[in-house]
Amino acid sequence: MYSETTIVNPAASAPLKEGQLVINVGPQHPATHGVLHLVITLEGETIIKIEPHLGYIHRSIEKMSESLSYRQFIYVTSRMDYLSAHINNLACALCVEKGMQLEIPARAQVIRIIMSELTRIASHELWVGAMAMDLGAFTPFFYTFRERETINDIMEQTCGARLTMNYMVPGGVMYDLHPEFVSRVKSFIQQFKNKITELEDLVTNNIIFRNRTVGIGVLSKADAISFGCTGPVARASGVDGDIRKRFPYSGYEQLEFEQCIDTAGDSFARYIVRIKEMYQSIHIIEQLIDAIPEGDFQAKTKAVIKLPKGEFYSQVETARGELGVYIISEGGTTPYRIKYRSPGFSNLSALDYMARGSKIGDLMATMGTLDLVIPDIDR
Amino acid sequence: MFSFQQWAATIHQWLQMHTGNWVVFWECVIIALLAITLFAVLGLVLVLLERKVAAHIQIRLGPNRVGPGGMLQTVADTLKLLMKEGLVPDLADKFLFNLAPFIVMMAAMLLLAPIAFAKGIQIWDINIGVLYVSAVSSISVIGILMAGWSSNNKYAMLGAMRSGAQIVSYELSAGFSVLCIVVLSGSLQISDIIAAQENGWWIFKGHIPVIISFVIFIIAVTAETNRAPFDLAEAESELTAGFHTEYSGMRFALFFLAEYINIFIVCAIGATLYLGGWMPLHIANWTAFNSIMDYIPSSVWFMGKTFALILLIMWFRWTFPRLRVDQLLTLEWKYLLPIGLFNLLLVTLMAIQGWHF
Amino acid sequence: MNAENISTYLQELDPAIVLEAGGEWTTVQVPVSAWKVVAQQLFTDHQLNFLFCVTCVDWKTHLSMVYHLRSTITDTTLVVKVQLNSDQPEIDTVSDIWRTAEFHEREAYEMFGVTFIGHPDLRKLILPDDFEGFPMRKNFEDPVNMIKL
Repeated sequence: MYSETTIVNPAASAPLKEGQLVINVGPQHPATHGVLHLVITLEGETIIKIEPHLGYIHRSIEKMSESLSYRQFIYVTSRMDYLSAHINNLACALCVEKGMQLEIPARAQVIRIIMSELTRIASHELWVGAMAMDLGAFTPFFYTFRERETINDIMEQTCGARLTMNYMVPGGVMYDLHPEFVSRVKSFIQQFKNKITELEDLVTNNIIFRNRTVGIGVLSKADAISFGCTGPVARASGVDGDIRKRFPYSGYEQLEFEQCIDTAGDSFARYIVRIKEMYQSIHIIEQLIDAIPEGDFQAKTKAVIKLPKGEFYSQVETARGELGVYIISEGGTTPYRIKYRSPGFSNLSALDYMARGSKIGDLMATMGTLDLVIPDIDR
Repeated sequence: MFSFQQWAATIHQWLQMHTGNWVVFWECVIIALLAITLFAVLGLVLVLLERKVAAHIQIRLGPNRVGPGGMLQTVADTLKLLMKEGLVPDLADKFLFNLAPFIVMMAAMLLLAPIAFAKGIQIWDINIGVLYVSAVSSISVIGILMAGWSSNNKYAMLGAMRSGAQIVSYELSAGFSVLCIVVLSGSLQISDIIAAQENGWWIFKGHIPVIISFVIFIIAVTAETNRAPFDLAEAESELTAGFHTEYSGMRFALFFLAEYINIFIVCAIGATLYLGGWMPLHIANWTAFNSIMDYIPSSVWFMGKTFALILLIMWFRWTFPRLRVDQLLTLEWKYLLPIGLFNLLLVTLMAIQGWHF
Repeated sequence: MNAENISTYLQELDPAIVLEAGGEWTTVQVPVSAWKVVAQQLFTDHQLNFLFCVTCVDWKTHLSMVYHLRSTITDTTLVVKVQLNSDQPEIDTVSDIWRTAEFHEREAYEMFGVTFIGHPDLRKLILPDDFEGFPMRKNFEDPVNMIKL
C-alpha cells in the first residue's frame, strides 16, 4: 500500500496499555449532533486519545459539482452546513460572480447581508439550545427554538423553504422580498431583545454551567492558527480573523459592527463569543432593515453561465467559520474542480488536542462549543 | 381532628371475630394490597406530573391527547412497557440481571412502611423510624450496582459505579440533616417527631440551623434519587442511560417506577421531618387559628406538603445543567459534609439551651 | 513583507520556482524536491502561519497540490502549487509545520492517491476502510454508483 518511509509514528494502532478501554461515541449519539463517530481511548475517566471516524454522511459533493452547471452546484452546498445554508450559497454565488466579473445591484447585496445575519442568529440559537441540552439543561433548547421558529417562518415567506433555502443565485437573489418581510424582521428584533435576557439568566449566569465550561478545553492562539481553526473557535482564542472585517464582501465594508474576540480560549469564551455575535448580527440588521435600497434584486446574466479559464476563490464567514469555495475552471459550463474549504473540518482536527487529559463530561462541553455540523465536515 | 384510628380498630375487631388467630396474616395481606395499589397509583400520577411540569416550564403543553387532559398517558405507557420484549443480553449474568430491578423496588416499597400519611394511617410506627428509613434506602445501591455489573456493558458499568459513589456519599449529608431534627424532637419515632411539631413546624421553630439543614437535606435527597442536576448516572447525552442501558420492557418499568416512588418517599420524609407531616400549620398558643387549621383534613396537609416538595425537585431538574462527577463529589465531601457537621453541633447547642421556639 | 517580495525571494532562492500568472493571489510553482524546505522557510521567516486550504487537482497528465497560505500577522496571502507525477505521486508532508495539514493530507491521500512522506497517520479519513480506487481522479470509473447525466 504505502512505502515504509511514509509512516513515521504508528501510534494510531498502538496496543492498549493495562487499564485502558476503548469506547465508541456515536455515530448515533444524542450529543454528537450528526453522525460523528469518535473512538475514544480512556483510562478511568480520563481521555487518552480521540480518533474521529468521518464519512458517515459523505455525499461526494465535490465530485458531483464537477458535473453540475454553475447554476446547479449552488444547491448542493445548502446541504453542507445546513444551519448556515444562506451563507454557503452566498459563497458559491460570490465565486461565480468573481469569475464572471459581475456587478451586483445594491438591493441584492443588502438582502444578502440581512439573510446571512438572520441565518447566523438562527444557527447560534440552535447551537446554544443544543449545547445546554448536552450539559443537562433541557429547557433552553425550547426557548431558543422559539426564536428560531420565528426566523424560519420569515424565511419561508420570502424564500419558500425553512432549512435549505436556495435563495442566492449568481447575480443576486432569486425572488424579491415579501411585502411583510421588513415588519416581521423588526418584530423579530424586538422579540430577540426581550427573550435573550431569559437565556442569559438561565445559562450564562448559572454557576453549574460556568463550572462545566470555564477552563475546559483550552486552545491557545498559536494552536488555533496552526490547526486552521476559524470562526468563533479561533476568535475565542484571540485570533481576529473575521472574514467580514478582513476581506469584506457583498457590502460588509460599509457596515459598523465589532469583531467579538476573547482571549481565554476555553469553552466559556467560545460560548460568550457566540452570544456576543448574536448581538452584533442584530446590530447589523438594524442598520439595514430600514434602508433597503430599491432596484433590481438580480443582475442580468445569461441563461447558461460559462466561467473563463482560470481559478477563483471566494471566502465568507459562516456561523462556524471561514468557508472557502475554490473553483478551477477550464472554460466550460461545469467546473473542472471545486474545493470547499469547510470550517468544521479544521475545527474538528483540534478536538483531539483540546480534549486530551480531560474527562468525558468535559468532552461534551468541548465538543459542544466547537459547534460541529457533520455534513459540513464530510461534504 | 379526624382520625382513622376508629376505622382501623373496627376492622381489627371484625377480623378477630371472623378469623381468630389468622388476624395478623389477613391484616398483612390487606396492607400489602394497599401498599401495592398506592405504589401503582403514585407511580402513575408522578410520571404524568413530571411530564406536565416539564412541559409547562418548557413553554409547551405536554401530554394532552390520551384521556381528558392527558390523564391516561401513564396507563398507556405502562401497557406499552408491559408488551415490549424484555431483552436479556447474551453474556449477561442472568440471575443478577433479573434480580436487580426487584431489589430497587423492594427498597422503595419497604420505605412506605414508616410514613404517616394522615393521623392514624401509618403501616408501622417503629420506634427507630428515621433510622429504618436511612438504612433501607441504602439497599437500593446494591440493586443499582447489580444492574450495572450484570449488564455486561461498559457504559452500564461506568454508570453504575458513578451512581454507587454518588448515593453512598450523599447518604451521609442526608443522615446529618435528619439527625438535626432527631436531636430537636428527642426521638427517632416518626409519630413522636410529628407530635413534637404540634405547636409549629420545625422549619419555623428551629429557624436558621434547621433551614440550613433543610437546604442540605433537599440537595442530598436530589442526589440520592439520581435526579438532575445530579443525574449523570442516567445522563443520556453522556453515557446513554447509564446503569439501566440494557434494560427494556417490564424490568425497565420497574426501575422507572422505583425512581419516582423514591422521590415521593424522600419528599414525604422531608415533609414529615421539617414541615410537620400531617400536622396542620399551628402557631403556638393561637388556639382559634389552630382550630381553624384543624378543619382541613390531615391527609390533605400531608399530600400538599409532599407534592410541594416534589414540585420543587422537579423544578430543579428542568432548570439546572448537570454537574460533572468530580464536581458532584467535591460538593458533597468538601462543602455539604462540613457544613452539615457544623450545623449539627449548632442544633445540639440550640436544643440544649432551648434557643428554639 | 507582501506576497510579491516573498515570491521574488523564493525565486532567488531556487531558480526552479516559477511565478504563475492569473489567479486571485500571488501564485508560485515549487518543484516537489524543494517543497519541504520552502514550506519551512515560509513558516519561520515569512510568518505564513495559517494554511487554510489544501487542494489536489487531477490534470489528467499530472497531479497538482495547491496550498493556500496566509499570515495572520502581516495579512499576506500566497498560493503554492506543486506538480506531482501521476503514476507515483509523492510529496513531503507539512503536518509538522501546520497541524491542520494532518486531516487535509489524509483526505488528499484517499481521494487522489497522493502519498505524503512522513505523515504520522496516513489512513483513510472519509471513505470506508475497504474502499478501492481513488474517487476524485478523473479516470475513476464506478459503473454501479456513478450515473452519467
